Amino acid sequence: MSGAALSVAGARKAFGGLIAVNDVSFDIGQGELVGLIGPNGSGKTTMLNLISGALRPSAGRISLAGIDISGKPAHAIARLGVARTFQLVRVLPSMSAIDNVIAGAAFGHMRLWGSEARQMAEALLERVGLGGRAAAPTASMTYIDQKRLELARALAGEPRLLLLDEWLAGLNPSELRLGIDLVRDLRAEGRTIVMVEHVMDAIRSLCDRCIVMSSGAKIADGAVAEVLSRREVVSAYLGDDDA
Amino acid sequence: MTHIVVTGILLSGTYALIALGLTLQYGVARIMNLANGETLVAGCFVAFWLYTAFAINPIAGLLVIAPAAFAFNWAIYVVALRPLVRRARNRGQLEVDSILATFGLLFLLQGLMLLGFGGEYFSYAFLAERFVIFGSGYGLNRVVAFAAAVVIAAGLYLFLYRTRQGTAVRAVAADPNSASLVAIDVSRTAALAFALGGALTACGGALLSTFYTFNASMGVIFTMKALIIVIMGGVGDVRGAVLAALALGIAETAVASLIDPGLTLAATYGLFILVLLFRPQGIFGRQTA
Amino acid sequence: MSAVSAGEIRVGLAGAVVVALAACLPLVDQGFYLSISVNIVLYAALCTAWTLFSGPTHYVSLATAAFFGVGTYSVALWIDQLPFPALVAGGALAGAALAGVVGVATLRLSGVYFVIFTLGLAELVRQIVTWAQAKFTTRVGLYVFTDFTEKHIYWMLLALAVAVFLAGWLINRSRLGFAMRIIGNDETVARHVGIDTARAKILLFMVSGAFIAIAGAISAPRYGYIQPPSAFNPMISFLVVIMALLGGTSRLWGPLVGVVPFVIAMDLISARFPNHMPIVMGLAFLAIVYLLPHGVTGRLEQVWTRLRNRRALAVGAERTA
Repeated sequence: MSGAALSVAGARKAFGGLIAVNDVSFDIGQGELVGLIGPNGSGKTTMLNLISGALRPSAGRISLAGIDISGKPAHAIARLGVARTFQLVRVLPSMSAIDNVIAGAAFGHMRLWGSEARQMAEALLERVGLGGRAAAPTASMTYIDQKRLELARALAGEPRLLLLDEWLAGLNPSELRLGIDLVRDLRAEGRTIVMVEHVMDAIRSLCDRCIVMSSGAKIADGAVAEVLSRREVVSAYLGDDDA
Repeated sequence: MTHIVVTGILLSGTYALIALGLTLQYGVARIMNLANGETLVAGCFVAFWLYTAFAINPIAGLLVIAPAAFAFNWAIYVVALRPLVRRARNRGQLEVDSILATFGLLFLLQGLMLLGFGGEYFSYAFLAERFVIFGSGYGLNRVVAFAAAVVIAAGLYLFLYRTRQGTAVRAVAADPNSASLVAIDVSRTAALAFALGGALTACGGALLSTFYTFNASMGVIFTMKALIIVIMGGVGDVRGAVLAALALGIAETAVASLIDPGLTLAATYGLFILVLLFRPQGIFGRQTA
Repeated sequence: MSAVSAGEIRVGLAGAVVVALAACLPLVDQGFYLSISVNIVLYAALCTAWTLFSGPTHYVSLATAAFFGVGTYSVALWIDQLPFPALVAGGALAGAALAGVVGVATLRLSGVYFVIFTLGLAELVRQIVTWAQAKFTTRVGLYVFTDFTEKHIYWMLLALAVAVFLAGWLINRSRLGFAMRIIGNDETVARHVGIDTARAKILLFMVSGAFIAIAGAISAPRYGYIQPPSAFNPMISFLVVIMALLGGTSRLWGPLVGVVPFVIAMDLISARFPNHMPIVMGLAFLAIVYLLPHGVTGRLEQVWTRLRNRRALAVGAERTA
């Protein structure tokens, strides 16, 4: 399907004998916010790593707005407009907050530099709630602030596709509400987002659609409320009663 | 042609021992020991000293040299290297720290040996007789050194694959975190592997001294050869190291006798570049994610 | 990245004064002080060029002697046919080309492979040059006769050191420098924001290699008679690593702090205790690892921030009291 923002067809990743992602296919439409969920070890993060180029797929085809990106190195995929956050937050510890954000703008497909990049980074810091802290050292920031910073960095590249890897995990209830609002705003802007998430409340309130993975395979794909009530999805999470 | 191959194989026996020593130190203790060649040279000098001063046969001398080198390398690990392992925040930092620290040891040991023995070349005549294989003659000392190396390597193989301690060593090589989960004392096993590696290297040196002229500052060249063998064979891989040592021994001998003896290192590097470009994980290495 | 700040102008002016004073040295003395200053300026250029690459990447390069020798030979081989500046430029290109080849082979892999490869590189090139000379010419060494005296070499090396500093400053302000800082922080992040990390490292290594080769080219007339063992002396590589790390590599001027005292100390030691040189180098390496892991400048910065924090605390305590 060439109309899709992201199209994954038969993606597979094997580590030796272990198959982490097994023949997964799905399409993400322009402007969609899709949740990628599943129990631990079901292959969600590996799937994200295949899309962002952190790992090479063993087989299958992944394309971004019709351009084949399967097996391309991460930097090339980033330049095509894919940005991501990491499961374990990764800020650049020896650099200031604003430099962390400029890092996302300077090498992506926008290639901003100088005062242009600086203005954009300042606006983004404001946006994620770090306004006025451009010069702050990042290593000593709180966890939520580091997550905000990481999101600002990902947004700085004006990504065509944003991948959030458990971006809401580990936040306390009030932080979570702020986080959910922030993602909702991004969605309202018409961004295309895939989020791997364990926080079900967030999935329910943010996504129209979700994809469920279990043991490396896709087991469900559809409207959130409907998918979450399906028998095979419940048993994937809670274990099979019959077994 | 057979002459080149046989000479190469005889040479590779000692190379294999040195490389096995290094691969234990790097693959298990996670220390890239750039002073490995100095342990080798020390082995040469002790064998020389035992032979010339006490008329002790270098093969018998191994009984003294191996335990001494074991104790010495154990001490180096515990005193100098374990603190680096403890303070390292990640693998990369340990790598840089251990490279710099073992450079320090390299120069310190080399400097001490230069003070003790000067820069001259040493050699002694041990079993300098002709031994015939496939119709051409080889030094008997080379043949004996090769046989001794085979015996020692076989002993190492039995230790690693047939004993509890050896299994612990292999487990730490595969994954230190999981090894500690099954109650293996990782720090002690690392020290054991480092010390054992030093003992193997010193044995390699003692055997080398029976047929090779050596001097106090040649350690670096051998460290380099050992490193290249280890990388070719795949880090921590015993069979790979033996096979890579064979390849290197034959390639060097071929280049030395067919093109120019001054180009042995170039031959080594030629192999190294091929491995880096086409199989950076080593001959038997598996691609890891 | 932005306009030149007032602070940078001040540092630049101070630097210009220091360089101008240093340039006057040959007018005062042409003996011992000039000769030791040639070494200081040489190692200042080498260590700063080394730090351009090894500082941000933490790859310990031992290829210095190889680049240096390539530069020296570029001059020695064609000094009778071509003008000196052309040979220096040729040397720079040869150094960059060698760095490019080494970089392509090793920089995509982990740091250990790189160290090992560069460890033997000078020896490898030396063997090939020796063999080629014996095979294609009848000579072992090469004579380099020029009209340059010690002071000309001093001035050229001083100009080179300034050029390396300027290049380092420009790179730090450029996208490449910014990319290197990101790579030094977290290579995974670097790749995911769109940096071709291998290409950036190779480029920087080539710049560094070119400058080191220029230093070798300028030094050729100083030796006069050039043989492979002296042109590809592996000690140069190790000394550069020691001096740069002693000074500290997180600042452009950090290595200088290591170069000046170490060159002077080396001069004393090699005159009085020539056999103790390896021991001194060994102890220097151990001192770096165990006592000064971030170099002298890194240690000074630590002390400085601690003092500042303490003062801030004291001020805060006074206010609350």
